[in-house]
Amino acid sequence: MAQIFHRSTNALSRITIFGGVFFLAVLIWAADQWTRSSYMTGQDVVLHQPVPFSHDHHTAQLGIDCRYCHTSVEESAFAGIPPTATCMNCHNLIWNESPMLEPVRQSYATNTPIQWQRVHDLPDFVYFNHSIHVAKGVGCESCHGRVDEMPLIYQAETLQMEWCLSCHRDPAPNTRPRDQVVTMGFDPKDHGVDPAQLAEEYNVQSLIYCSVCHR
Amino acid sequence: MKTRSAFLFALLVLATGCTDMKDQARFEPLESSAFFKNQQSARPLLERTVARGFLREDDAMYRGLAADGSFVQTLPVEVNAKLLARGQERFNIFCSPCHSRTGNGRGMIVQRGYKEPTSFHDARLRATAPGYYFDVITNGFGVMSSYASQVPPDDRWAIVAYIRALQLSQHTDVTLIAPYIRSRLEAGEVVDPAMSVEEAHDEHDGH
Ligand code: HEC
Ligand code: HEC
Ligand code: HEC
Ligand code: HEC
Ligand code: HEC
Ligand code: HEC
Repeated sequence: MAQIFHRSTNALSRITIFGGVFFLAVLIWAADQWTRSSYMTGQDVVLHQPVPFSHDHHTAQLGIDCRYCHTSVEESAFAGIPPTATCMNCHNLIWNESPMLEPVRQSYATNTPIQWQRVHDLPDFVYFNHSIHVAKGVGCESCHGRVDEMPLIYQAETLQMEWCLSCHRDPAPNTRPRDQVVTMGFDPKDHGVDPAQLAEEYNVQSLIYCSVCHR
Repeated sequence: MKTRSAFLFALLVLATGCTDMKDQARFEPLESSAFFKNQQSARPLLERTVARGFLREDDAMYRGLAADGSFVQTLPVEVNAKLLARGQERFNIFCSPCHSRTGNGRGMIVQRGYKEPTSFHDARLRATAPGYYFDVITNGFGVMSSYASQVPPDDRWAIVAYIRALQLSQHTDVTLIAPYIRSRLEAGEVVDPAMSVEEAHDEHDGH
């Protein structure tokens, strides 16, 4: 029986087999990249807020401590977003005619909260708690990045499970003295502390059981 | 039988699409709600009610008032190094933006145009009872707003104790300073205020 395909097609079939595997690999790789993209995780995305509140301005330039506004970060799971009254502590006299702050004054006058858009939002099946992290000496910076350099705030990390675990497997290098948790640009060398030693002192544990975060 | 189980299986598959586990039917803190008029899901306390554990009957502790209605002259909490350290931290967070870390009233926000408060080292304020400071933090004073929602009562007392320490730091009778510290201060050295006599001697021998 005569050959149906010419010899040269052998090469073609090899290419097709290899190509198929390659194509599949690329597809899987692309899907993986897609789940890590900022479109999926919200990383680095700046949301439109009712007032263009600048962390850079208020923390780096005016030197206001994070806890002046995020008052519950040390005691509770939720860090807290300041009520309008907190803005009015200063903005009753400062920039009190600026149109940029009109929504703040409006909110204060009508007793209606400003509706900030959530920047960080874990799925509801994940349990997160600020107080334990702060108490064990994990700085805001380790999870939120250089907030003091953000004119408009964005999510600095992916907040995916692999990110949480990357620290939970070995939290020691991210430990700092408790009185430095809100410091931005912290360097253990400047303070003459050894993170590993601190982790021991604070009894920092590696918590990777599923039930720690999924309860 | 086969069609029934196929049907049940199909239902099961469909059901997975019905609930969004990422956004479950509960309110997160401060989440908005379309149900209430001002769109707050967390409801404020009804008037004339007290939340469990928030009964504030002790006038000295929660209002800074003595039995006769005047401001208390002594703190109703024990003053120790721990309280002062806490007070220092809280003062630096909540008060220093305006009153500055030294309490002279020239904080950053004042430098940007806020009204300048009287220095805590002013003679009138040095003579004022601790209860007065507690009252100002709780209820505000003039253009300064109340800090009651940001600073809980225990921390208010810690801040009051620290303000007293700040005032002492600028107005103290030198003869009250222990001689071993005083001689060092007069020589222009920086001295750790917590240094004990033994430590001072040890360090001295080391030189
Ligand atoms: C003067 C008040 C103020 C201070 C000081 C302040 N913040 Fe904020 N912060 C806000 C307000 C208001 C928002 C909500 C507006 C927004 O998201 O832009 C916010 C939002 C945030 C968010 C995002 C919340 C979300 O929606 O997920 C993070 C994270 C944050 N702040 C961290 C910090 C850190 C860290 C510091 C200290 C370096 C700090 N903040 C200091 C007022 C403040
Ligand atoms: C402790 C005092 C203080 C608090 C609290 C505070 N601000 Fe400010 N804010 C300032 C000062 C001071 C300026 C002006 C800085 C200057 O003159 O350079 C300012 C400027 C601003 C501006 C002007 C735009 C810019 O350049 O950033 C906006 C908008 C603003 N604040 C929003 C807010 C909001 C919203 C809140 C409440 C979450 C708030 N501020 C709380 C002190 C404060
Ligand atoms: C271990 C990582 C981590 C540390 C440390 C951390 N945060 Fe967060 N923060 C998060 C995560 C994750 C969320 C989102 C929580 C959610 O969606 O439930 C968040 C949310 C927030 C929010 C929004 C409100 C809320 O609680 O959901 C603010 C404001 C905030 N953080 C401020 C801070 C400040 C200020 C510090 C330092 C004192 C800090 N965070 C330290 C991980 C961290
Ligand atoms: C930079 C390091 C770091 C990151 C990132 C981090 N954690 Fe943690 N986490 C810690 C440390 C340290 C502890 C305290 C361990 C201990 O108890 O000694 C902790 C404890 C916890 C606990 C235990 C609280 C309790 O009450 O038992 C939970 C829940 C938790 N983390 C959730 C998360 C989640 C969810 C994320 C990701 C969104 C995350 N963490 C990211 C360092 C981190
Ligand atoms: C340190 C906290 C932490 C621990 C421990 C943890 N998870 Fe998670 N998990 C998360 C976070 C955060 C997410 C949400 C990730 C996201 O939004 O992309 C998540 C998501 C998931 C999801 C859903 C994925 C999706 O995309 O819907 C599953 C399933 C899951 N985890 C299983 C587990 C199992 C099984 C374990 C134990 C081996 C575990 N997790 C341990 C934090 C944790
Ligand atoms: C936003 C700026 C600001 C902050 C923050 C602030 N204050 Fe004041 N404070 C003022 C101003 C301005 C006055 C003077 C008010 C007036 O005369 O109308 C004042 C007055 C006072 C007085 C009364 C002084 C007198 O003359 O009798 C006391 C006491 C005081 N503050 C204590 C505090 C304490 C304690 C804190 C921290 C919990 C604090 N303040 C935070 C601005 C501030």
